[in-house]
Amino acid sequence: MSMATFTVPAVAHSAVDPTALEAKIAVRNLDFFYGDHRALKSINVSLYDRKVTAFIGPSGCGKSTLLRILNRMYDLYPNQRAAGEVLFDGEDILSPAQDLNLLRARIGMVFQKPTPFPMTIYENIAFGIRLYEKLPKSELDDRVQHALARAALWDEVKAKLNASGLSLSGGQQQRLCIARTVAVRPEVILFDEPCSALDPISTAKIEELINELKEDYTIAIVTHNMQQAARVSDFTAFMYLGELVEFGDTTKIFTSPNDRRTQDYITGRFG
Amino acid sequence: MSDHTSKAFDSDLQELARMVAEMGGLAEKLISDSIDALARRDTGLAQRVTAADAQIDALQRDIEQKAILTIARRQPMAVDLREIVGALRIANDIERIGDLAKNIAKRVIALNGDFPPPKLIRGVEHMSDLVLSQLKSVLDAYARRDDAKAMAVWRGDEQIDAMCTSVFRELLTYMIEDPRNITFGIHLMFCAKNVERMGDHATNIAETVHYIVGGEAITERRPKGEDTTFAISQFAAER
Repeated sequence: MSMATFTVPAVAHSAVDPTALEAKIAVRNLDFFYGDHRALKSINVSLYDRKVTAFIGPSGCGKSTLLRILNRMYDLYPNQRAAGEVLFDGEDILSPAQDLNLLRARIGMVFQKPTPFPMTIYENIAFGIRLYEKLPKSELDDRVQHALARAALWDEVKAKLNASGLSLSGGQQQRLCIARTVAVRPEVILFDEPCSALDPISTAKIEELINELKEDYTIAIVTHNMQQAARVSDFTAFMYLGELVEFGDTTKIFTSPNDRRTQDYITGRFG
Repeated sequence: MSDHTSKAFDSDLQELARMVAEMGGLAEKLISDSIDALARRDTGLAQRVTAADAQIDALQRDIEQKAILTIARRQPMAVDLREIVGALRIANDIERIGDLAKNIAKRVIALNGDFPPPKLIRGVEHMSDLVLSQLKSVLDAYARRDDAKAMAVWRGDEQIDAMCTSVFRELLTYMIEDPRNITFGIHLMFCAKNVERMGDHATNIAETVHYIVGGEAITERRPKGEDTTFAISQFAAER
């Protein structure tokens, strides 16, 4: 009789093979400056089509800065500039010729704190759509309903579409913001710590939502919650002091990362 | 390895490793006691071995509890997660080793005076010496997170397998010669097989140490020297 061979279950090192995927956004040799301070140092990373990429790292490592570059948010401030390339479907969005309104419609963003407009729930959604499209009322209604349904909020608000967006709970407000983003039919959604102000149940709903949204959208999420990154993302990028230390399959990053700094950070040894 | 920001997490992990080491020490003692009982025909010692196994079982339960609690409380990642999963696996293997030693002790009690010639027991004793040194090495490799040492244990099991085959052949000869040898012959065969399986558990532990250190499973097949099935059928064919 021979003994059954014992095997430690191998970690699925390439559950997703990056080489077989299409990069929706490709960041190439990106530097970013706040005045003289170089906040990002030669970043190279790709956001793959209809995958979730998480950015983790201690405060000040540059992950939010990177996210803000992806829809040119920094353009609002003087003294901030980027160098390098950010290719969105092959086109450099850092180019001065880039139409910023169009860019921000194609790349939506959801912030740390819910930011509903001080208007009705319905108007919160319709507002953005009207900026880009002229639609008859019935079609607009459909789009609003669809966006709210996509953000898993429809059932909770369908009876009070005319109530103020500010009357909703924090978790509902955040989903309202996601609905607002989804309503203008973007291709990419950026989440900057979307759950940091939310309770665990609302957090679970947003995570569930991200999971559903990735069927249609390319998603990037910045989070301080490591377990959240491990749960929602397909790829994880670890950043430290303005550098991209490690990028890879989320399963691999959270079970056996290659870089010592990544390991120390995710196991709570620094940061 | 540098320390966690949370000191309590460090002490949780250290305590788990300490409990595994304690369990390993108990198992080593149980192996040598069970073989001593066999060699010295000491049924009193055998009885103490069967009772001591309960201690190992209790430690295994404690380790499981502590590991589950640590996972729930700390959400361990990467090397920490591997440490905890590793402790669980190793505790399992050591618990099995304890059971096998207990089984040998039970056979000593069952033999009850009908003891084989010491010369025959020496083969099993020899095997158990090797297994004990393998177990010591692998527990040491675990304590130091020494992958190279663990891999040496993993490869070394082949020798124990080969010895088991030769003990089987020898016992078969005796049993065929005189049917009165069959009772103790069968018991001794089981003892030899038990020792051989302890060796297998030591290699399992080596695989776990390899996993803890590097995060990868061993994909290569382990070299195998044991083929008691083959030994028996070949023996039958020769006659």
